[in-house]
Amino acid sequence: MINKNNIPEISAEKFKFVGTDEKIHDQKFETKQVSYFRDAFHRFCKNKGSVVAAIIICILLVYSILVPVLCQTNYTLVPTDTTYLEYGKLLPRSGLFVNMGMNFWDGAGKQTLGEANYNALRAIGQETGHEIIKKVYEVRTDADGKSVYDVRVDSYISNGFTYLTLTEAQYKAIQDWQLETGVQVIYPANADKTVSNANIWYEANKKGVAKLDKEGNFVNNYRTSGGDGDYYSLRVEGDPGIEDPEASGRYRYATVTGDSSSISYKCRVFKYTYFQYRYGEEPTFLFGTNDKGQDIFTRLASGARFSFIFAICIASINLVIGAIYGSIEGYYGGWVDMLMERFSDILSRIPFMVVTTLFQLHLAKKVGVVPSLLFAFVLTGWIGMASTVRMQFYRYKGQEYILAARTLGASDTRLMFKHIFPNSLGTIVTSSVLVIPSVIFSESSLTYLGIINLDSATRTSVGTMLANGRAFLSTFPHIIFFPALFISLLMLSFNLFGNGLRDAFNPALRGSGE
Amino acid sequence: MSTLKYVVKRLLFMLVTFFIIISLAFILVRLLPNVDAKQFGKDMSLILQRRIRQGLVDANGNKIPIMLQYFNFVKNTLIRFDWGVSEALYIGQDCFKIFLSKLPNTVLVNAYSSIVAVPLGLALGIYAALKKNKWQDHVISTGVMVLVSVPSYVYAFLIQYFLCFKLKLFPLIMEPGTDFFSWPMIRSMLPAVIALALGSIAGYARFTRAELTEVLTSEYLLLARTKGLTRGQTTVRHALRNAMVPIFPSIISEVILVLSGSLIIENIFVVPGIGALYVNSITSLDYNFFLLLSSFYTLIGLAAGIVVDLSYGIIDPRIRMGSRK
Repeated sequence: MINKNNIPEISAEKFKFVGTDEKIHDQKFETKQVSYFRDAFHRFCKNKGSVVAAIIICILLVYSILVPVLCQTNYTLVPTDTTYLEYGKLLPRSGLFVNMGMNFWDGAGKQTLGEANYNALRAIGQETGHEIIKKVYEVRTDADGKSVYDVRVDSYISNGFTYLTLTEAQYKAIQDWQLETGVQVIYPANADKTVSNANIWYEANKKGVAKLDKEGNFVNNYRTSGGDGDYYSLRVEGDPGIEDPEASGRYRYATVTGDSSSISYKCRVFKYTYFQYRYGEEPTFLFGTNDKGQDIFTRLASGARFSFIFAICIASINLVIGAIYGSIEGYYGGWVDMLMERFSDILSRIPFMVVTTLFQLHLAKKVGVVPSLLFAFVLTGWIGMASTVRMQFYRYKGQEYILAARTLGASDTRLMFKHIFPNSLGTIVTSSVLVIPSVIFSESSLTYLGIINLDSATRTSVGTMLANGRAFLSTFPHIIFFPALFISLLMLSFNLFGNGLRDAFNPALRGSGE
Repeated sequence: MSTLKYVVKRLLFMLVTFFIIISLAFILVRLLPNVDAKQFGKDMSLILQRRIRQGLVDANGNKIPIMLQYFNFVKNTLIRFDWGVSEALYIGQDCFKIFLSKLPNTVLVNAYSSIVAVPLGLALGIYAALKKNKWQDHVISTGVMVLVSVPSYVYAFLIQYFLCFKLKLFPLIMEPGTDFFSWPMIRSMLPAVIALALGSIAGYARFTRAELTEVLTSEYLLLARTKGLTRGQTTVRHALRNAMVPIFPSIISEVILVLSGSLIIENIFVVPGIGALYVNSITSLDYNFFLLLSSFYTLIGLAAGIVVDLSYGIIDPRIRMGSRK
């Protein structure tokens, strides 16, 4: 301890001022200024997993925004055109893999068939000249001595034929198209008018099982009776009409009904080439089609787009309400805080399912399903955001710089939104980004359970696609696979992305939730 | 003494909250047009009688004012414990009886899943924390991340497709019946149990790892090691106990949450539990069921919250819940 008395007396004259004639400044930094967000961005980029996650999210976003806009030729967009119903349950097929000749993603699937079914498929292949059986894995004999075929079947070809009723103009248009392109769409009708299965063109018994000749070939059963003056286009092989349009025994390509004023033609149409005629391209569905024949690729994209827009709307509404509410709570404290906390406490205790259901029952008819769902999400959703903001306000409001600002006469709103709020922005951004996946998850759960119905010809949601696909889980797993993959990927990347954001904005919390 | 006061305070607040929520739900539901009893044919008179007895409609079948209905509702549920009859799902049958008959399915499925998930989750979390930043930790952490993020219904589909359909280990849906402890019944429950357990295993593992790694790096553990305790001793006696403080309450709340079903998992595996009942009551507009189950879920949620808060004080006497600063 230094005793005051021990310090020797030094006279004032011995002190002199240093540098009274020069002004002293702080040294200016030579380095470039790094803002808080730039700093956070640098930290974020160091986390490889989060960057990858961010890229995946971007890809999914681009997919969901661009695909519904660019794929306007989607076969499900016109509500009155029900042609797409004929193309149900087609397997995923990518043109790339088909051209490479790989047994993968080529629209074909493994099937185990009995003799009759195998022949039925072979018949389609033989008539149309398309390769229907891509590969024969094994032919074995089962316990009853019958042959069983393990084969790879092209689902686009095995989709087969259908009977279409055409007007005269449509009938002629198809014939002209056939002549122009040389692709057969209309095939001769079966002589037996009672056969409703359009795939059968051969002699068959009542169950539709083919009667083969001695060499094991199909015996054709094309209709030859009646005139066919209306048909002038391509004819199938073996038709006497190819040589001579007037020859006898020519095949008939349509069943004519109605009188001359409203004449209609019922034709046996090969769906694969009919698709080419209708839409100008071979049917190729990247993710396959669902049971109704709707393209999963575009439908998933439009469902995802809806989910994204919806979630972003809710995140921003929650952010605004929560920020204002939480700021007031945290800034004023005391009884204001107490009252407001109790209010949000009670609100947050209402089970979300109850809120959704009540909103759905009361509002859905008046304002529509989507707005009422939005209200339900917002009603309790902002509470989490409010408590985050409140905590941040408690953290910052006692600090000296706030006291300084208050002393200088800053108003309450200025203190709240100019001084405290920007400081807590990092945490708030992180938690509002994490609202997005949780909203998408809840929305897909609700639509999956059928509590919310967002399904129509032009609109859908990921949850509805999952619910529809569930019935075909064992037979056509691709219907459920792509929506499930999408939502898993989305959730995983959002979680990684959120972790990365949190670490970047609050380096002190790094690694605490892993 | 202060703990008792705190408990009483919390319970009172819980009751008030519960009452407000249920009152709102009741009034909002009853403001809706009633499902017309006529569509049920011969059961019409029965349902009408029940509605009259419940005080929802007057003797002529006309609606009475909503506030009167509300008082009758409170009187019925509190005094007679009468939740009315089902009006769409199980026409004419007592709601509460149906509810009780469905409860065991849900409870069993959830209980099995908790029994599997809690020890496994804790074990994985502890193992990962002890092997921090080694390959074992990376494998567990990645798996946990995937399981936590991927929605439970996705792996429910995977389980159903691969275990039930491809490998035929389990039946596709749960067997009906009440023979809960027979092997076929348990076997048919297993897919749902696995689907429920995976998510909560991941949750516990993540939680435990985070808490334990934090404790393991603290100074007093170093001191314990310096004193000559083995690594195992320090982990079990010092680190684990402190790490369990925030984990234990969630295990306790598991006991209560066993009662509430997972709507989606019950839907996927066709578990005839209350989760499925709830969804059905919403889609078929069976208001009595909806009110009963909403009250039930609200109560469970509130009770779980209280139990979590109280168990903090029990496991760690240093924490005094509700104490002033």
